[in-house]
Amino acid sequence: MFGWEFPPHIAGGLGTACYGITKGLAKHDVDVLFVMPSASGDEDQTSVRIINASDVAVTESWTDVKEMNEFVDKVSFLKVSSGLVPYIDPREYDSMSVRNERMSRTEYEDFKINYGGKYKFSGKYGANLMEEVARYALVGAAIARENEFDVIHAHDWLTYAAGIAAKRVSGKPLVIHVHATEFDRSGENINLRVYDLEKMGMMAADKIIAVSNLTRNIIINRYGISPDKVITVHNAVDFHGFRQVNANRGVPEKIVTFLGRITFQKGPEYFIEAAGKVLKKYSDVRFVMAGNGDLMNRSIRRVAKLGISDRFHFTGFLRGDDVKKMFAYSDVYVMPSVSEPFGISPLEAMRSNVPTIISKQSGVAEVLKFAIKVDFWDIDAMADAIYGLLAYPALSGMSVRCGMEEVNALKWEKAAFKMKEVYLQAINEWKINRKN
Amino acid sequence: MEKSLCFYFQVHQPDRLRLYRFFDIGNDSHYFDEFANRTILRRVAERCYLPMNAIMLELIEKYKGKFKIAFSVSGTAMEQFEKYAPEVLDSFKRLAETGCVEFLAETYSHSLASLISEKEFVAQVKEHVAAVKKHFGVTPTAFRNTELIYSDQIGESVARMGYNIMLTEGAKHILGWKGPNFIYTNAINPRLKLLLKNFSLSDDIAFRFSDRSSPHWPLTSEKYAGWLDAAVKNDEIINLFMDYETFGEHQSQSTGIFEFMKALPKAVFEGTELTFRTPSEAAGKHQPVAPMHVPSPISWADEERDTSAWLGNELQNEAFHKLYALEKEVMSGKNEAVISDFRKLQESDHFYYMCTKFFSDGAVHKYFNPYDTPYEAFINYMNVLSDFAIRVEKASVKKVRGKKSGTK
Repeated sequence: MFGWEFPPHIAGGLGTACYGITKGLAKHDVDVLFVMPSASGDEDQTSVRIINASDVAVTESWTDVKEMNEFVDKVSFLKVSSGLVPYIDPREYDSMSVRNERMSRTEYEDFKINYGGKYKFSGKYGANLMEEVARYALVGAAIARENEFDVIHAHDWLTYAAGIAAKRVSGKPLVIHVHATEFDRSGENINLRVYDLEKMGMMAADKIIAVSNLTRNIIINRYGISPDKVITVHNAVDFHGFRQVNANRGVPEKIVTFLGRITFQKGPEYFIEAAGKVLKKYSDVRFVMAGNGDLMNRSIRRVAKLGISDRFHFTGFLRGDDVKKMFAYSDVYVMPSVSEPFGISPLEAMRSNVPTIISKQSGVAEVLKFAIKVDFWDIDAMADAIYGLLAYPALSGMSVRCGMEEVNALKWEKAAFKMKEVYLQAINEWKINRKN
Repeated sequence: MEKSLCFYFQVHQPDRLRLYRFFDIGNDSHYFDEFANRTILRRVAERCYLPMNAIMLELIEKYKGKFKIAFSVSGTAMEQFEKYAPEVLDSFKRLAETGCVEFLAETYSHSLASLISEKEFVAQVKEHVAAVKKHFGVTPTAFRNTELIYSDQIGESVARMGYNIMLTEGAKHILGWKGPNFIYTNAINPRLKLLLKNFSLSDDIAFRFSDRSSPHWPLTSEKYAGWLDAAVKNDEIINLFMDYETFGEHQSQSTGIFEFMKALPKAVFEGTELTFRTPSEAAGKHQPVAPMHVPSPISWADEERDTSAWLGNELQNEAFHKLYALEKEVMSGKNEAVISDFRKLQESDHFYYMCTKFFSDGAVHKYFNPYDTPYEAFINYMNVLSDFAIRVEKASVKKVRGKKSGTK
């Protein structure tokens, strides 16, 4: 399994999901070898074995030039030095491998020095992300040579290249797991290099797991992938060891919270407009926008312009216990995402007894029956829902009670069971194909 | 006729806010970063206030009453001196005792109250005058507003407070073809005389003294006296107004700024027909030449010379109006601690930190700003203000309850 991060050191939700998935798979007797670019050693390895890609030398795994050439053949769809050359058509790929076929001794040495050896990954989402992605693929191929396994599972675009490389080297089936697409992250202004990588992964995969039907539809419609290859497995959430913190609330008013990155994808502006509407009718409330992101400054200006900054607060990025504290502070949680492949945070809110409003454009809306759902753009409906939860205790009471039951029913074990079925299907089809 | 050279130095230090988080609202009403305030004040005292005051005293004694200057020390600065560096207060006191130093009146909190609330404005000026009297033993007779902010309206209300001399900026867009080197009067009340800052000659010292790309670098006292002489040829008075922190802090000691000031009086005596005078003396000496019309407020800040450094964007306006919306309740509460914090939150510096004019005057703004971005400054300020509003509300609820029980 190729991932990018794993608890405790995580920047996004992907690490947490990988943790839940590996634990769930362990319950169904699936052994997982988890590869990540930069492990720190304090990861929980009870249900996985973690391989730190920074410790893997690419050059160790072959013995002579011929073998080396074969290897290079299989991984040469990515060029390390110039960032990425997306694999566009087979002819181009062929010409590249023809060139590589006649690799001389000196070139081999050169390769060993430049591309071989160990590479220290940052494992972050920094400036040379593309280079790290490409090098990660090389390491992925090397790991595939050295380990025994039945199926490859790659999480999100950062690891697709590694998954493809591993598939080419080992010949084993590839399952890719789409937690988010470039369309979710950037709207219509997509980064083409990322899109190409995603599409390459989807094309090369034997099976694709989507975290929601919403994401499945994007994969089919926007990437042109055959529907029978794409299977929806909804995320779950692990509240093992979850404890609520007692927040000493200093403000008497009720609190409505937005928690997440303040970016296009999360729809912060709709929350602000709805807040402005609610404040006109209901004064005994404060709004909080927790998190940071590229739309933060614009949001602050908009709030100032609406003249509600004494009732609308920004906390900046919250970590660890502060997130729990924020939930403990909250009376209503709103996730107005424009496009959310799944969305774990409403589940955390519901688990913390906070009534929750989610946008219909989120994957989590597919699994929650009792959460209040609105279109992200419908600020009137959003304002109505916020007002209702604030003003009518019966509504918020029911929302809390039913929400808790629903959340507790979402288990990684169930999701992992479905993933195992996907694996088996992929392996079976692969076996049939090999016989033919 | 004798011509005047009028030096006035602004002494001010803000009460910087600590990092005040959302979770603190309603739980912790301690707003100020005392460590930063003390550290910065001690640093500036050592680099500027103490050595510069010693030089001023030396010059006054040396020239036996012929070297004169004026100060405006904000109330917050006096408070910080008292707390963190009492020796600075003593050195100002010694200067006051020479009789060659005038102390001007301003708002105690270095606030922008004149732009929004005359009541608050008058109250802060009274508070400041009392503090000047207490620390330096003199009662100010001339007025300067925060950042030299001035308009016809503000001038009129200053005149109503009983002042007949006020200092402001010689803003080009107001003066047009007229020069700053004369005395003017308020457009509504002609009894209020206006002394205008000669910004070009003031900035030669305050901003350009150490600028090595200037063709005039290095600036010597003699060269500068030559400029003064040329500037005042057909005029009457030159007003050099600047931050006192120019000396030793903005222009470090190594630039030679102290030596420049030490040598300046002699160069002026020998190379010009100027006489050092305090603002009040100068206003008594010269007759006003014309009224000055300033319909909307001007200041000494930035290229625009208006109030846009403090109230130029929606963040600043929002914070400013939310603060003053509390004024009535704060004042009716009569709670000393609440009123004191209300005044501290009015300090113009808080609004200056929220300025988004990064391009033309960015360097100056950055120098004075403890925050990375104006947005951070705004968030922090609004969090503090939210807590403050809760306190104000609580206090007024108590009072109402108290009244009710009292009538029983």
